[in-house]
Amino acid sequence: MPKRTDLEKILLIGSGPIVIGQAAEFDYSGVQACKVLLEEGYEVVLVNSNPATIMTDPEFATSTYIEPLLPGPVTKIIEKERPDALLPTLGGQTALNLAMALHEDGTLERFGVELIGADHAAIRRAEDREEFRRTMTEAGLRIPWSLTVGSLGEVEAALAENRITLPAIVRPAFTMGGQGGGVGKTETELRQVVSEGLAASPINQVLVEESVLGWGEFELEVMRDHNDNVVIICSIENVDPMGVHTGDSVTVAPAQTLTDRLYQELRDQAIAVIRAVGVETGGSNVQFAVDPDSGEIAVIEMNPRVSRSSALASKATGFPIAKMAAKLAVGYALEEIPNDITRATPASFEPTIDYVVTKIPRFAFEKFPGAEGRLSTHMQSVGEVMAIGRTFRESFAKAMRSRELDSPAEPPTDDEELLAAIEVPCAERFDLVLEAFRRGLGVETVHKRCLVDRWFLHELQTLATKGDGTDGLARTYKSVDTCAAEFEAATPYYYSAHERPRPDGTVASEVRRGERDSVVILGAGPNRIGQGIEFDYCCVHAAMTTRELGRDAVMVNCNPETVSTDYDTSDRLYFEPLTAEDVLAVCEQERPEGVIVQFGGQTPLKLARALEEAGVPLLGTPVDAIDLAEDRGRFGALLRRLGIKHPPYGTALSAEEATVIAEKVGFPLLVRPSYVLGGRAMEICYSTADLNTYLKAHVKADQEHPLLLDRFLENAIEIDVDALADGEDVHVAGIMQHVEEAGVHSGDSACVIPPMSIGEEMLEEIRATTTQIALELGVIGLINIQYGIAGGELYVIEANPRASRTVPFVSKATGAPLAKIAARLMLGEKLAELDLPEPPAGHVSVKEAVLPFARFAGVDSVLGPEMKSTGEVMGIAADFPTAFAKAQAAAGVLLPTKGTVFITVTDTDKPAATQLATRFHDLGFELIATGGTAQSISSMGVPVTRINKVGEGSPHVVDLIRERRCDLVINTPTGSGARADGQAIRTAAVRHAIPCVTTMTGATAAVRAIAAQQQGDAAVLSLQEIHAPTRAEQPR
Amino acid sequence: MRDGYLLLEDGARFDGELCGHLGEITGEVVFNTAMTGYQESVTDPSYAGQIIIFTYPLIGNYGVSAEAMESDRIHARGVVMRDPKNREDVATAEGGWLDWLADCGVPGIGGIDTRALVRHIRDRGTMRGGIFPADLAEAEARERVASEPSMDGADLARTVTPPEPIRFEGDGPHVVGIDTGVKLNIVRELRERGCRLTLLPCTSSAEQVLAEEPDVVFLANGPGDPGALDYVVDTVRELVGVRPLFGICLGHQLLCRAVGLETFKLPFGHRGANHPVKELARGRIEITSQNHGFAVQGPGGEPRLDGDEPVRWETDFGVAELSHLNLYDRTVEGLVLRDVAGATVQYHPEAGPGPHDARHLFDSFLDMAHA
Repeated sequence: MPKRTDLEKILLIGSGPIVIGQAAEFDYSGVQACKVLLEEGYEVVLVNSNPATIMTDPEFATSTYIEPLLPGPVTKIIEKERPDALLPTLGGQTALNLAMALHEDGTLERFGVELIGADHAAIRRAEDREEFRRTMTEAGLRIPWSLTVGSLGEVEAALAENRITLPAIVRPAFTMGGQGGGVGKTETELRQVVSEGLAASPINQVLVEESVLGWGEFELEVMRDHNDNVVIICSIENVDPMGVHTGDSVTVAPAQTLTDRLYQELRDQAIAVIRAVGVETGGSNVQFAVDPDSGEIAVIEMNPRVSRSSALASKATGFPIAKMAAKLAVGYALEEIPNDITRATPASFEPTIDYVVTKIPRFAFEKFPGAEGRLSTHMQSVGEVMAIGRTFRESFAKAMRSRELDSPAEPPTDDEELLAAIEVPCAERFDLVLEAFRRGLGVETVHKRCLVDRWFLHELQTLATKGDGTDGLARTYKSVDTCAAEFEAATPYYYSAHERPRPDGTVASEVRRGERDSVVILGAGPNRIGQGIEFDYCCVHAAMTTRELGRDAVMVNCNPETVSTDYDTSDRLYFEPLTAEDVLAVCEQERPEGVIVQFGGQTPLKLARALEEAGVPLLGTPVDAIDLAEDRGRFGALLRRLGIKHPPYGTALSAEEATVIAEKVGFPLLVRPSYVLGGRAMEICYSTADLNTYLKAHVKADQEHPLLLDRFLENAIEIDVDALADGEDVHVAGIMQHVEEAGVHSGDSACVIPPMSIGEEMLEEIRATTTQIALELGVIGLINIQYGIAGGELYVIEANPRASRTVPFVSKATGAPLAKIAARLMLGEKLAELDLPEPPAGHVSVKEAVLPFARFAGVDSVLGPEMKSTGEVMGIAADFPTAFAKAQAAAGVLLPTKGTVFITVTDTDKPAATQLATRFHDLGFELIATGGTAQSISSMGVPVTRINKVGEGSPHVVDLIRERRCDLVINTPTGSGARADGQAIRTAAVRHAIPCVTTMTGATAAVRAIAAQQQGDAAVLSLQEIHAPTRAEQPR
Repeated sequence: MRDGYLLLEDGARFDGELCGHLGEITGEVVFNTAMTGYQESVTDPSYAGQIIIFTYPLIGNYGVSAEAMESDRIHARGVVMRDPKNREDVATAEGGWLDWLADCGVPGIGGIDTRALVRHIRDRGTMRGGIFPADLAEAEARERVASEPSMDGADLARTVTPPEPIRFEGDGPHVVGIDTGVKLNIVRELRERGCRLTLLPCTSSAEQVLAEEPDVVFLANGPGDPGALDYVVDTVRELVGVRPLFGICLGHQLLCRAVGLETFKLPFGHRGANHPVKELARGRIEITSQNHGFAVQGPGGEPRLDGDEPVRWETDFGVAELSHLNLYDRTVEGLVLRDVAGATVQYHPEAGPGPHDARHLFDSFLDMAHA
């Protein structure tokens, strides 16, 4: 049956901001879906709160809404747009949950919107634990048993009725990091662990479940069409056995240790699962545990939607699952869709591959002091890399080097300690395993500790002792073709391999290229805090522009979650690590017109020097300008020459020197190591004592690792500017004012376009200064400059002559696609030739950061100069308070419209806090405050309840939060002191999901947003409407 | 490690290291794209006379075991791999793959750029070749490859058929098979359904088959060129219309030839576990296990069929109707005889190795016994 003609308009929901567990893979899947639906002639209504996505570029939908992914705003969109159908399976858990909410509250029925792909009954059968259990049992499939118990007596009863098999896992409800849980291997042990668990759980409840720890973990990616044809796209084996979340596990495709017999059994069961759950069309992911000794299989879970694993499977096989899912959802059958890669064969087949794919997660525990770092069943990684190799060893070694770690793992010197470390799943587990093998420890010794399958350990032992097996072989490039070369591939998706040369000494490369010049675009590598999807966004735009300008776009990247690694994005995709050696080899193959290093964040910039030295032409801003901007001395001299102010600074090469320089520069000080990403190890020191603590705790300072000390501009307004330059002209594209004061990393700070409280004269000075700096540095392309305004004076804090993380936000806010324009400039066009759109009047855009604190037990949620956010959202409205409220809602911060506000601030903030309190009081809120703050507030005649600090005894502030007796917390930790109590307050707020604002400026914005929210739900506007007058004037 | 090379009859040479039995061997070089099931493949009698290239680079990951045998021995002549393994870590492993190849006297070669090799064969077609130690001069090797008889016209069934009838008791219908090299999984599938099964040497006459009083006659899979098996075709022709027949793979080709249809050689065959086959009656697609180098021509003598229609042949025994179509290259994958009782498929519903999607076919085959 061909596509459905009874549908005209389809609503697609994105996955919102990048958070741990839900990353750029849903931009990849969403973009594929949007493209398919538009190509098929449907009108597409897209809603996503994340501006740093390709899918929210206006050309990917008929109407694009950047609105909070909440039932309220989405209902408004449905009411306005009246879509015929909602496709809920391509925007991760967020879209699925939202679709379910819209079904349950009757919205979909009310507006006659059909759920396509998976209906609510199927979604429930997959998502609801009990329904899933029933469905699987009815289908004759085994899933591990589990019991929720509230007393020891219930366990006794279950034991008596043989409902418990040992060993069993005990997990207390609502404790962080598995506190109080354990394994019961005997009945006596089980009773003890359950007792302890009940005591540890605040609600006296534990989950007792069958232990499948140490079993092998496998995933199958399944697709089904409305004719009930089902195919398996890919099998994935987790190298880490059961017990580590699959997103945090090292995984390989295809499965390596399954016999054909066992694999076919899993295949049969996966097909049975998708049929039983009843996912009508599309992709699903089914996870299994397999007992390595008995071959016994248990179904763990299924996702009735595309997922991180399906993105990985798509990249691993070349089979675009999301694209197919979208086609199936509108009525096509698998056999009616051609396989993109071979073009000659249909999509109703199972890909077979002739290489090994390894995925390794990237963690950010170093960003969160206090986080345990132990991997478990809840995901904690922030990104991942994928590598393709002809052998397991080559693939694994490639993936390891793709991670691009800031510092290598430091294994304990003692063998026993090393083995003990291997026993606990952690970010560096496989670095430690390789180290163990290098030290001559045996496979059995290591296996006993980590239960990783011996097959993998033998391979890793060979890797550790003999290398990756590429010695003596020649590098070549092979294609990903879904069919192991059985058919000719039309799609140019390549990976490097090492093979024996043929008798004539050559190794034939499969790379086919025409006569056109190529431009190599270096991607951003794995997502990490400080370098996220924003850079991939820019790289994708560079590829689009390169193609528009008649060159072949060549992408190099190793991040499977991204749009840049979709083979559709470029003319040739090289799935390769971003190291100098790997990139130079691609350049050797490509002989490009030039390489773009400006768009992928620090990753390609770090390679710029090596590329230049190897004679590879770089496009845009010269390497030396990058160096000039990063070298404090050189840049300081440049600013002085131009008569531009900057905060006093110094560079220390030792701890002693740091103390001396600190006195000269003056406190407060912003201290950080040079060449850092996202403000790693950056702190504000208010005194010599603070500085000494910092020097002891964090950082070595020496010749190799200079320490930067800058005077910190307290209470300054921070400004971020993105500008375009062509060497002659400069176009200031966006001036953003930070909502939080200087001192909060720009990536974690909310910001607003246009700036809210800057006079025209100052704006003119900012434009002029930006122009001067961009021209002086010789920027061709993008530059980002951060300014501080203190005492009416403009200071330059730093300049980065490259794409910044605000490029997508500015592009969406102003309607000017900055990265595309920059790519044009880098390829020789001039600003004067381009018609740049005027920013739309009458709209305010707010960007807000999204923070992962809830993921890391016991970590302080205070904002500071070190970046901690994983993603961002945007709110657009006619006024700032409404836009800010939208951004907060989109970020998951549900500002209350009534209730109780708890305020506790540092002394310097007390005057401002009383103002704030008055405002909250006027809006109808009750107020609670600690001693000093309460006194200041009541002195203004505002009623306030005083509460104890922690040290003053119960009931105190933490009790207040724990008992959820307040709806909003305002707690400022800046300045010295107030820290210990503050951390307890903030941690409790995170744990109990109470919004917590940690800056006064943030609080002021919040109170205005609350006032706006009290006026009712804001209107929804599409980007197409907002930018309607300017769209026609976009560059050709 | 002993160096070696694979030499093809067109002179293409690929170097690697010998493994398994460190000897030399010649045969027809074919490739298999399945990612699992190496042991099932090499013990499948249909691979007699052939050297198998496995496109999946890592072969031997889970060792070998008795339960994965598809016959009593290795039938493939040699094995070509990128990264052979000799592990026996999994619980079911009873031995290492390479040790077993050595014990069975089967030469293997590893370290080969199998992808380049497969692309070569895909573009130029299946050809003869051999695995040789590095110290054997290439000229010498070339002669040995040239003296290897071509698969065209090769009667290899005779080399794999049992010398005496093999009998399995059962309460169900009596299936009598003409055993041109049956896979054990077919035997398992039939026995699971309670069949009484008798496997006869492929040289048996129609009288001998009928003397067994079959409820249904089964034509097995097997190696070689169906065109070389006129004596089996003659036997089958005498059985058509007399007893219901079903055929798998070579058996399919033999039944088709018996009713007067023609076979032809595919450029590089179908060998793998991911071929989509459409069952025309229900419109369902099955992912199938495949292993064949020849196929049956369409009604007009065409190798590929354009539409998804159940086209018809006029045969010596009435109408035959297309029942199954390969969606990769649109070749014939199965047909039913409309005027007499008979049905066949080109692929392997018994799997072993490969997906189980088509196992239900055994039920419909056996339905003929009751009809």
